[in-house]
Amino acid sequence: MKLRIMTLAAALAAAALAAPAEAKTFRYAFQGDLNALDPYTLNETFTLGALGNVMEGLTKRDRDLKIIPGLAERWEIAEPTRWRFYLRKGVKFHNGEDFTADDVVFSAERALSPESNIKSRIAAGTKVVKVDDHTVDFITTGPNPILHYEWDTWYIFSKKWSEDNGATKVQTSSSQLSPFTLKANGTGPFLVESHQPGVKTVFKPNPKWWGKPEHNLTEIIFQTIKSDATRVAALLSGEIDMMDPVPVQDIARVKANASTDVLTGPELRTIFLNMDSLRDELLYSDVKGKNPFKDARVRKAFYQAIDMEAIHSRVMRGNSANSALLISPLLFSRAAEFKRHAYDPDAAKKLLAEAGYPNGFGVEMDCPNDRYVNDEAVCQAVVAMLARIGIKAKLNAMPKAKYFEKAGATQKYDSSFNLLGWTPGSFDSHNVLLNLVGCRDGKGSGAFNYGGYCNKQVDDLANKILIETDNTKRDELIAQAFRIVHEEAGLIPLHQQALAWGVSKKVKIVQRADNQILFYWAQKE
Amino acid sequence: MSTDDHGLPAAQSTNPIRPPARSLASRFFDSDLWYSFRSSRLVVLAGIVTLLMVGAALLAPVIAPHDPYDLRALNLMDSDLPPAWVKGGDPRFLLGTDDQGRDILSTILYGTRSSIAISVLAVFLAIGIGVSLGLVAGYFGGIVDTIIMRIADVKLTFPAILVALLINGIAQTLFRGRLGGAEFWILVLSIGLSFWVQYARTVRGMTLVEKNKEYVQAARLIGMSRTAIMFKHVLPNVLSPVLVIGTINLALAIITEATLSFLGVGLPPTEPSLGTMIQIGNKYLFSGSWWMVAFPGLTLAVLVLAVNLLGDWLRDALNPKLR
Repeated sequence: MKLRIMTLAAALAAAALAAPAEAKTFRYAFQGDLNALDPYTLNETFTLGALGNVMEGLTKRDRDLKIIPGLAERWEIAEPTRWRFYLRKGVKFHNGEDFTADDVVFSAERALSPESNIKSRIAAGTKVVKVDDHTVDFITTGPNPILHYEWDTWYIFSKKWSEDNGATKVQTSSSQLSPFTLKANGTGPFLVESHQPGVKTVFKPNPKWWGKPEHNLTEIIFQTIKSDATRVAALLSGEIDMMDPVPVQDIARVKANASTDVLTGPELRTIFLNMDSLRDELLYSDVKGKNPFKDARVRKAFYQAIDMEAIHSRVMRGNSANSALLISPLLFSRAAEFKRHAYDPDAAKKLLAEAGYPNGFGVEMDCPNDRYVNDEAVCQAVVAMLARIGIKAKLNAMPKAKYFEKAGATQKYDSSFNLLGWTPGSFDSHNVLLNLVGCRDGKGSGAFNYGGYCNKQVDDLANKILIETDNTKRDELIAQAFRIVHEEAGLIPLHQQALAWGVSKKVKIVQRADNQILFYWAQKE
Repeated sequence: MSTDDHGLPAAQSTNPIRPPARSLASRFFDSDLWYSFRSSRLVVLAGIVTLLMVGAALLAPVIAPHDPYDLRALNLMDSDLPPAWVKGGDPRFLLGTDDQGRDILSTILYGTRSSIAISVLAVFLAIGIGVSLGLVAGYFGGIVDTIIMRIADVKLTFPAILVALLINGIAQTLFRGRLGGAEFWILVLSIGLSFWVQYARTVRGMTLVEKNKEYVQAARLIGMSRTAIMFKHVLPNVLSPVLVIGTINLALAIITEATLSFLGVGLPPTEPSLGTMIQIGNKYLFSGSWWMVAFPGLTLAVLVLAVNLLGDWLRDALNPKLR
């Protein structure tokens, strides 16, 4: 008997030794869907973050968002208008192909194609020239000190794989998917094992990755859990290891739970409102034949009607910072000079009356309901506040996949009034002025200007900012541009939301202020 | 049981020398239906509850302390207040407020009103479609019958909520951006269209029996048109089961409306129905604000239970085999 037990124990010990390293599955959930696995389809932090585990750009950003080499080993500015990038050698795509300069040239063409949502990654007019298999030159139209600032999210596609899989053209709609968007072929530390859009995505570590892995995971499972309460319950029960965002009303409860914690921090994203000031007649309004938003007084009336203190304390429960600018104060040194136009419903009514709308008017507001923290609740509060100055706003809340198509370029900005959030990929004001404020030109400028606000003076300043190398002068130009937008109330900045990730205490994960969920630094007990 | 008391007026009513001035009301109170109603305490209770809730809902604009649909009256600073009797509550808001500062009590009253209005209209729509199709199928038979009934069979293979979601989705896409309050009618349409099959099948079955009876043959012999025979002679004789299904369906329609609104395809969040309220409250359920979901949920449960009990009773009372 004793002998038998000992044999059994020995057998068990042998089995334990022989077994491969313990499986470490990291499960995480987000409130919205992961749709097309084409990072050029939708320039959205969550999608780019998820794919950032699988694909890589020429540069990367480290834990503190500092630019570090990625697929390019190093780079130099050969002439003021010619940048030379030396590509990493021996890098292979997941399907075994070698990574070469052809892939970079191809990816640049793809990123600049008309269907692309990330055209602004590569400054207009830039030529991409292959020097040899592992050297690429970028020739710009003028000196551009921030050329590569956003290249950590300009992921490189394999030319051959794209041709073989019909992926040379960018997927235009994130909800109607071509077969290739269900797969991904990158060079990154993880590969996509399976992808069910809107349901579940499974990632596995890439054994042939060029770098040294800093995680200990063997499998990553992503799920969409739209309902706030369900997402919290899943985390508390240990069903998932991490989720984003923790609803503000549940932060205390998740913190109080013994096995979970909340990682909080300021987020670089700014939430703001767009008003269609471009069309001659609003699409969704009871005002016919003219567009009230063309009048700066109307826009300012909207601005002053919104009580941000109430939204801060009630809807966001203190987890936000009200903003006068379209960029986080962490990213612009002179942000403190700007103050929000004061909340003043009486002044707002007066402005409306002066503009010829003493009784207000009706307009429809589009709002995502699974993208930002309490996005729908913020919109509802805005609609109620506008009602008090006579604006009859009707709220259309919808999932982000539908929202970005309707209000964005896909359906030609089919919206009169909407809410959007933006983190400048370059962490610099020029990105904001170009994407959100610049006049739409179809080539990248104003691509995310969902209201179509257009002021040539601002565009001129943006062009100067791009090539200005002196920081003090550059900041002055930025301040001038923001001043114009602020005075005209071209867009209405609301707040920077706070980051709140719910994590299991078994997991250590790096939270960057850009809110990309990257698991290549994750450790699980 | 006081069968004698009851038997007497019944005998009277068949008496040829009965005074002709007997009102409809007194005939109703003398009927078997009324007798079976008042002889069950549970049914009486259900009746009273239903009556109270429908009454309160209809009078919502008069009795509600606030107008929750008037966005101007909302104050975000009043949001998330507990019921008045709980610590931190505000006497202005008896059952507390939701995340936008809406009074829960008033919103329940208005929400119940929308829920009931949608359900009643949807059931009427379903009856209209179902009874007409059933009559036509049963009376004409042949290919018409086959086509209508096969459509009904296909429809039966899908759960009602799925059909309602489908119709809702199509309608939302068709009228996208140009709704202007059409959500209400889209809900009526989608629930109505998903419930008609039961009526069609029942009415068809009964029409098959009725159409061979002598009175129909007689009507045909004197040359009445087919439409007239169907609607004037057959229809009144097949209506009582429709009444029963209608009442039970009403409860189901209320639930379906709540489900659709809960799923976010119902009434807009600025004009919440009971389902929308439960959806909003669900987000806050675990964070301590139980009142946002508890009261609308309770209202929905009580309303559906009461209507269901009435429907059950009506089925038993009108079914001669059970008596």
